[in-house]
Amino acid sequence: MENLIALLVAAPLLGAVVLLCGGRRLDRIGHLLGTVLAAASFVIGAVLFVDMLGKGAEERTFTQHLFSWVPVEGFQADVGFQLDQLSMTFVLLISGVGTLIHIYSIGYMEHDERRRRFFGYLNLFVAAMLLLVIADNYLLLYVGWEGVGLASYLLIGFWQHKPSAATAAKKAFLVNRVGDMGLSIAIMLMFTTFGTFAFGSVLPSATDASEGKLTAIGLMLLLAACGKSAQVPLQSWLGDAMEGPTPVSALIHAATMVTAGVYLIVRSGVIFNAAPDAQTAVTVVGAVTLLFGAIVGCAKDDIKKALAGSTMSQIGYMILAAGLGPIGYVFAIMHLVTHGFFKAGLFLGAGSVMHGMNDEVDMRKYGALRKYMPITFATFGLGYLAIIGFPGLSGFFSKDKIIEAAFAKGGTEGWILGGVALLGAAITAFYMTRVMLMTFFGEKRWENDADGNQPHPHESPRSMTIPMIVLAFGSVFAGGIFGVGDRFLKWLEPVTGHAEGDSPVSAMTVTAATMVVLVIGVGIAWAVYGRRPVPAVAPRGSLLTRAARRDLLQDDFNHVVLVRGGEHLTRSLVYVDHTLVDGVVNGTAASVGGLSGRLRKLQNGYARTYAVSMFGGAAIIIAATLLMRAV
Amino acid sequence: MNPVNYLYLASLLFTIGAAGVLIRRNAIVVFMCVELMLNACNLAFVAFSRMHGNLDGQIIAFFTMVVAAAEVVVGLAIIVSLFRARHSASVDDASLMKL
Repeated sequence: MENLIALLVAAPLLGAVVLLCGGRRLDRIGHLLGTVLAAASFVIGAVLFVDMLGKGAEERTFTQHLFSWVPVEGFQADVGFQLDQLSMTFVLLISGVGTLIHIYSIGYMEHDERRRRFFGYLNLFVAAMLLLVIADNYLLLYVGWEGVGLASYLLIGFWQHKPSAATAAKKAFLVNRVGDMGLSIAIMLMFTTFGTFAFGSVLPSATDASEGKLTAIGLMLLLAACGKSAQVPLQSWLGDAMEGPTPVSALIHAATMVTAGVYLIVRSGVIFNAAPDAQTAVTVVGAVTLLFGAIVGCAKDDIKKALAGSTMSQIGYMILAAGLGPIGYVFAIMHLVTHGFFKAGLFLGAGSVMHGMNDEVDMRKYGALRKYMPITFATFGLGYLAIIGFPGLSGFFSKDKIIEAAFAKGGTEGWILGGVALLGAAITAFYMTRVMLMTFFGEKRWENDADGNQPHPHESPRSMTIPMIVLAFGSVFAGGIFGVGDRFLKWLEPVTGHAEGDSPVSAMTVTAATMVVLVIGVGIAWAVYGRRPVPAVAPRGSLLTRAARRDLLQDDFNHVVLVRGGEHLTRSLVYVDHTLVDGVVNGTAASVGGLSGRLRKLQNGYARTYAVSMFGGAAIIIAATLLMRAV
Repeated sequence: MNPVNYLYLASLLFTIGAAGVLIRRNAIVVFMCVELMLNACNLAFVAFSRMHGNLDGQIIAFFTMVVAAAEVVVGLAIIVSLFRARHSASVDDASLMKL
C-alpha cells in the first residue's frame, strides 16, 4: 500500500510531461487526459486515506524510500516520501480541489487554442504541490517549492500576449525568489546545525540546538512562508497574479501555492515551539497581513482582486494561528481546508460571472445577476456565508477557533491578537457582503464591451457549475464535519501536537462577539451598497480608500525603497568603483608611466653620453677602491 | 730616469684620449682617441713592468696591441660603411637607437 505514495506525484507529473511534449496531436484529448490524471491522484489519495483510517494513530505515518539522490559522505539527500495525517490532509485538498478546478477549466478554457498546454501546466502545478507536501526532507520539499513557483509563473503569465500578464508573472516569480532564498538559507542552517535535513532527524532533535540558531532557522522559514503565502512584506505579487486565467487564481488561492507557507510553518512546528521570538514574528506577520488584505479587499472594484485581498487576509488568519504554537496548529490547518473549499468556490463563481459578462471584472458594471445566473448565485452565496463565518457553515467553525486561540495566547499579546482577529472578521463580513451586493443584487449596470457587444449574462456550462456545486457542499458541511466532536483535532493532534490555551474569555463569549462583529460588518455593507444604488464610477473616496485601491501603496513602497534604493545603491557603488578602485589602479599605472617617461630621456642615443657614464662609473669604482684601501 | 715619470705621461695621454672621446664629433678622431687611451695603458703597463722587475706587464701590452689591431679593423669598417650610408662621419648623427 505504501508503494502507492510515489504515484500521487507521478500521475500528474506524467500528465504534465505528456501534454507539454505531446504536441498538437493531443489537442483533442489533452484536457481529458490532464483531468483524468489529476483525478487519479485524488483516487490514490483516497485509497491511502481509507487505509490510514484503518490503522491506529501511531501507525498512520506511511513512508516510502525511492532512491538516494545525492549520496556524499556526510551529506545524504534521499528522495523519499512521508505521508502522515498532516500530509494526507493536504494531499486530499490539493488533488480534490485540483481535480474540480481541472473539470471547471474544461469549460472555462474551451475557446482557448492553447488549452492543452494550460492543462499541462495545471498538472505540473498539482504535481509540484503534492511533492512539496509528501516529501520527507526539506531538500525534496524545496524541489516541490520551486516547482510550484515555476508552475505559478507559467500559469499567471499564461496569456503572455498581454503585457500586464507577462509582468505579473515576472513579479510573482521575483517576489517568490526572495522567499525561496529564505528557505534555502534555512535548509543550509539546518544542515550545519543538525548535519541532515530529513524531517525524521531534524524535528525530534530540534530542541537540542541553541535557541539562537533555532530563531534564525525559524525566521528564515517565515521569510519563505511570506513569499509563497503572500504575507507582508512579500505580499505584492498576489493581486497582480489575478492576470492569470480564473481557474489558476482558484488553484493558487485555494489548493496550492499560498497554502505552502502554512504547511511549512506547521510542519516545522517543533522548531518554532523552541524559538519564541520567531513564533512572535509569525503572529505579527499573520496579524498585520490579516488586516492588510482585508482593507485592500474592501476597496477593490475588480471582483478577482477583492477576492485576492480576501485570500491574503484569510491566509493571515492561518499564519497567525500557526504562530500561536500548539494551541493554533490544528486550527490553522482546519481553516486552510475549509478556506480551500469556499475560496475555490468563490473564485470559480467569479470566473463563471466573468464568463457570462464578456470577461468584465469591474463589479460596478455587474448588478442584479442573481436572476440570470441562479446556480452561480447559489454557490457563490454559500461560499460567501461560509467565509464570513455564518453559524453552521464551515468558516464559522474554523475561524471561530482561531479567534479563540488568539485570545488564549494570554496576556496583552492575547488581547491584541484576539482583537485584531475579531476586527478582521468584521472587515471580512463587510467586504464580502460588498462583493455579493455589487455583483448579484441592485440594478443592472451593464455596459457594452469594447467591441460594442451587449453582455448577455447566462449560466455557465455544466462542466463549470458541477465543480462549483461540489465546492459549495464542501463550504457548507466541511466545518461541521471537522468541528463537531473535535474530529479534525483528534485526527491531526498526533502530528502537530495540541495544547489548550488559558483563555481569559470563554468560548461562548468569543462566539457571541464574533457574531456581533459579523452583523456589524454586514450591516455597514448593506447600508452603503444595498440600500443605495451603487455608482457606476467609483467615488473619490477617503485617503484610506484611495491608498487601499493602490494596494495600500505596496508597489509605491517597493518602488521607492527597493527599486529607487537599489538604483541609488548601485550608483554609489559604481561611483566608488570609478573613483576609488579605478583611481588606485589608474594612478599606479600613470605614476609608473610618468616615471619611465622621465627615465627614458636618459637614453638619448649619443655615444658620448654612454661614454661619460662609463668613465664616471669607472672613476667611482676606482675612488671607492682607493678609499677602502685607505681605511 | 725615474720610471714614475712614464706613469705621469701615461695618465696625461689617457686623459687627452678620454677628453677626445667625450668631446670630439668626428668618428675618426674619436677612434684615434680610443687608440690613444689604449696606448697610454700600454705605456703604463710597460712602466710598471720595469718598476716591479717582472715581465707580466709587457706580455699584457702585447695582448692589448693585438686587441687594438682587431678593433681597428672592425671599427674602421663600421665607420666607413656608416659614412657611405649617411655621408657623414659625425657620431652625433648616429643616435638612432634612442627611443
